[in-house]
Amino acid sequence: MNRVWQFITATRGQGRMDWTDWVTYGYLFLGVFLMFFPVIWLVLSSFKTEADIQRYPPTFLPYQQERVMVDGYDEPLPLYRITGGAYEGQVLAQVRRVGLQAQMVDPENPAGGRVRVDTDQREPVERVSLAVENYTGLFERFNFLRFFWNSTFITVTSTLLTLLVNSMAAFALSKYQFRGRTVVLLLVIGTLMIPQTVVLVPLFLIVTQMGMFNSLWGVIIPGAATPTGVFLLRQYMITIPDEILDAARMDKASEWKIFWRIIVPLSAPAIAVLAILAIMWRWNDFLWPLIVLTRTENLTLQLALNSFQGEMSTEWSSLLAMTVLTLLPIAMVFMFLQKYIATGIASTGGK
Amino acid sequence: MLTIISPIMRIIEIPMLALQRVLGIHRFAWVFLLPNLILLCLFAFLPVILNVAYSMTSGDNILLEDRPYVGTDNFTRLTECSNHFDPNSCSEDKFWRAIWNTLWFVTLQVGFMVGFSLLTALILNREIRARGFFRSVFFFPVLLSPVVIALIWKWILQRDGVLNAFLDWTGVGGFNWLVDAEWAFAWTVFLTVWAHMGFYTLILLAGLQAIPRDVYEAALMDRARPWRIFWRITLPLLAPTMLVVLVLALIRSVQTFDEVFAFTGGGPGTATTFIIQYIYERGFAGAPRLFGMASAASLMVAGVLVVLTLVQLWVNRRNVDG
Repeated sequence: MNRVWQFITATRGQGRMDWTDWVTYGYLFLGVFLMFFPVIWLVLSSFKTEADIQRYPPTFLPYQQERVMVDGYDEPLPLYRITGGAYEGQVLAQVRRVGLQAQMVDPENPAGGRVRVDTDQREPVERVSLAVENYTGLFERFNFLRFFWNSTFITVTSTLLTLLVNSMAAFALSKYQFRGRTVVLLLVIGTLMIPQTVVLVPLFLIVTQMGMFNSLWGVIIPGAATPTGVFLLRQYMITIPDEILDAARMDKASEWKIFWRIIVPLSAPAIAVLAILAIMWRWNDFLWPLIVLTRTENLTLQLALNSFQGEMSTEWSSLLAMTVLTLLPIAMVFMFLQKYIATGIASTGGK
Repeated sequence: MLTIISPIMRIIEIPMLALQRVLGIHRFAWVFLLPNLILLCLFAFLPVILNVAYSMTSGDNILLEDRPYVGTDNFTRLTECSNHFDPNSCSEDKFWRAIWNTLWFVTLQVGFMVGFSLLTALILNREIRARGFFRSVFFFPVLLSPVVIALIWKWILQRDGVLNAFLDWTGVGGFNWLVDAEWAFAWTVFLTVWAHMGFYTLILLAGLQAIPRDVYEAALMDRARPWRIFWRITLPLLAPTMLVVLVLALIRSVQTFDEVFAFTGGGPGTATTFIIQYIYERGFAGAPRLFGMASAASLMVAGVLVVLTLVQLWVNRRNVDG
């Protein structure tokens, strides 16, 4: 512990804690708490049974009442510790409850017969236990896999499409001299000013006319060409020396081959950054899918989560489990690709 | 993955090569540009033009040819107020409530966002242990889905939630946060700052780390006070980055919808209904679908965003040049 403390408090190589260092670490640990606690609380709560979720004040860890099999009874019976009356201190199993009294039986000695105990003279015997049924229930009761598949399909397809279309455009804008290049560049810059949020109505018309209303393609295609992606890739491709292209042309490589075999592999770092951004955009997309996808079998995870929160606001256990499962894929991506995400987002100013 | 894509690319190459023979190398650039341009025209430029057309028609039919032309009626209806500061006096009161809510929200949210991001970036820029860890701590909510963010905080803030349990325990007493208009508004500001702060912190931290060390060393030689160093060196040298952050935050803040819609649904009443939600509700959520009103409101928002984006481009260019 002392070592840990030394490690934390060592600053500026002088080994002494200034008051400013105290403030710094105070702020940082407050930040850790504020940023992490909500998510940890969500995950812990998602493992609570519905009964445990209703408890107020809530416990930190998920608890479940212990149940035992008693000879002569078909179902496992809930255990209670008796806090008063003739049986004080004993642990009894409840057979059933009648008004303010409970019929209980000694699990060690079921032949001893039932005894009556006041309901306010007992408390449940509990232990920490994860209510995994919240999660398994999602697959049984809701079409969870369907929503998961919809989200995954949209994310993967539109990311691939974005990468292909944007890298082609970026290649043309970075490595070719042709008439109208400036105009095209300005056009692409111009689209930066037109976020989907301000053209919802006409976009809806176009998508409906193309027969993509209530189809996953209606979400995939309109967002595929991104100005951010074109610029990100173009900035990178400009740095690739023209000599490589000339050499390839000498060897009679076609332009398509140059693009596919030279430009794309050499731009891999920038393409990776764009891939991560595109995955995030699509997975978290909300407003446009909300408009295009209205049938239950078409909903993405985000939409399903949003529509269920209205219907199941009394059933938090399922809702929380579903929230955790929606959060999970992005959390995994973050853990493995954290460094790229940070640099990618900082360098493009896009998220 | 590559094993699937490679053969496809090789097949594409055959028609591409033929095309290249016809066009020549330089004009072949258009072939690379075409898919992207078609998508941009179809889903960005065409909608802008159509949006203008929609804003001058009425009715609830989505097909433009079936919509009666009404000229500037939609705009008149939207802006008609005997007193613009009092939404109750407007013919489209919900629009003005949304506008005033959005203005308040943008002012507060961007203020807190830039303030806390700057503070966090300054602290992360100090000589601390485990900087990478702390940086990612502040950053990770940026990646969370809006609905997830909304549900996390709804769960914490609900009547029997953990925050009220804590307040009861300290003796302050719990409160039904999201039922009270002002508290709900305050929590939407908090929630959006919580979720997006890390992004701006990251940009500001990069800006701070780009300030050359020797400037600070020189200041220390002259025995400048830390406070003075901050005002005279850090802040002026960080100003360009601050401007980028400010404009980006403004552009995003005006368009806030997802988190808040999932969090409060715009309520209680219209306390947290912002402008994009107004557009969504007019055009897509309620019956009749007032596409004309939604488009007219969209055009106004678009106007604001165009100005902000031009400022952003100008700032970026100046930063690159300078």
